Amino acid sequence: MARFNLYDEEFFPSPWQHTWRTFKQSHIAMTGLILLIFFSLTAVIGPFLAPYDPVEQNTNSLLVPPAWFDSGTIAHLFGTDAVGRDMLSRVIYGCQVTFGISILLVIIAMIVGVSLGAVAGMTKGVRSSILNHLLDSLMAIPTLLIAIVIVAMLGTGLVNSMWAITLALIPQFVHGTRDFVRDEMKKEYVLAARLDGAGKSFLFFQSILPNMIELLVVQATFALSTALLDITALGFLGLGAQPPLPELGVMLSAGLEVAYIAPWNLAIPGICIFLMVLAVNLVGDGLRSAVRKRMSS
Amino acid sequence: MTPLLSVRNLTLTQKHRKNWLDKAQIEHFGPIEFDLNRGETLAIIGENGSGKSVLANLLVGAITPTSGTIKLNGEACVLGGHAEHNMKIRMIFQNSNESLNPGITVGSMLQEPLRLNTTLNERERIQKVDDTLRQVGMLRDHKYFYRHMLSDGQRQRVALARALIMEPEVIVADEPFAALDPSVRSQTVNLIMKLQRDLGLGFIFISHNLGIVRHISDRMLVLQHGMVIETGKTETVFNWPRSEYTQRLVASHQSLMPNF
Repeated sequence: MARFNLYDEEFFPSPWQHTWRTFKQSHIAMTGLILLIFFSLTAVIGPFLAPYDPVEQNTNSLLVPPAWFDSGTIAHLFGTDAVGRDMLSRVIYGCQVTFGISILLVIIAMIVGVSLGAVAGMTKGVRSSILNHLLDSLMAIPTLLIAIVIVAMLGTGLVNSMWAITLALIPQFVHGTRDFVRDEMKKEYVLAARLDGAGKSFLFFQSILPNMIELLVVQATFALSTALLDITALGFLGLGAQPPLPELGVMLSAGLEVAYIAPWNLAIPGICIFLMVLAVNLVGDGLRSAVRKRMSS
Repeated sequence: MTPLLSVRNLTLTQKHRKNWLDKAQIEHFGPIEFDLNRGETLAIIGENGSGKSVLANLLVGAITPTSGTIKLNGEACVLGGHAEHNMKIRMIFQNSNESLNPGITVGSMLQEPLRLNTTLNERERIQKVDDTLRQVGMLRDHKYFYRHMLSDGQRQRVALARALIMEPEVIVADEPFAALDPSVRSQTVNLIMKLQRDLGLGFIFISHNLGIVRHISDRMLVLQHGMVIETGKTETVFNWPRSEYTQRLVASHQSLMPNF
């Protein structure tokens, strides 16, 4: 029948696309998204564009101000720091280190947290409780404090601080997933799928996960902003990433020493951190309200 | 002639406790016995909490009964949650809105039972989905739709398609018409009656609406506190109810429609 073929090419938006439509209508959230894409691109292709090596010291140009100052030079767009390293290159590499590591941590925490939460949500009784509350004590303490404790035991370093932050991020994913899976398991569509003969893994991946993706994305954005702040804070305190590494927190603490004579050393990484966290929070907020709108419609 | 479905001595004992310190309350259900012939419609009525939904869940295998047998075409079914038995006795849920997954398309929802229980490949499955959608009066394009894009009547049709796609012999419906407005309700009733005639299905349904019960069912079963208190041909039960409980139900129905 020809009439049917007419319709087959039509476009059918998924719930995810509906969320995107609502999200697009908020300009603030879109600004955040554009910033986020900008930072992601910088993290991925930035090193190819960076004009200098981020750790290369140039004794001929110490504390050169940014290009828009009278004494600045276009050779160093954002100026140089106290040992003559180019700020632009350092910030670009800093985006890669700080932003890249945060995303990596969130992905690891999400995979571990969601699997634990899914198992906890689908089992009953003591087993579910143990899995669910396994890492609860971590939730009571601020992530930064846990990180400091772990660093105090294992010694300073970027890898140790990464462990600490991942561990601190997992519980919220476990709880979110477990509560969601619990609620969904009571719904009739899960019973219908069970009567079709679906096993537990089929149920989770085919029936429940498609409904959970939006929730996960929202949770991941909030976790990302926590991870960003913690990584930079540990770097700033000298507990995380160590000096020659171009990490934004480390750069900030190095800039503090020359804050009065070269304020751009402090301002540029600071603005960078600020914009990153702002972008992530704006996107998270926009997504959350878009999801809520779709659910209520 | 062996009946299509024959249920014998079906009982269920459930323990309920509010928390683990309380003494468990024991609830008994059954024993229930009835037969269903091919192409016949059986209505189950009773007040809230009389065990109507429990009976439906027992029949499709969502709950495992404590004892009893369910025979389909003279062959005993494995009781409780066994896939093969569920494929021949399919359930339509009360709230079609709740029983459809909001995150996936109608097409993948309908493919789910085929993927789990048959060896059909992707193309054959899609063909089957198209056929079933047409059977319940929808377009094949509807397989791209998500739940929130469908109207109540369409959702009910999808729920029906989901039951029909495995070519069942018995359909159990838990108040399939309760949430529908009158015009959609009569559409759905007519659709089910037509499909039942065409496919020779046995149809068991639970309803509060005695008008529909009288209209479409051949026989009825009256439940109270998990026990069958009256069973028989619909007209007989309506005209000469034996127990006081049935008399009350029928009287309250008739008082609503004085011309009937």
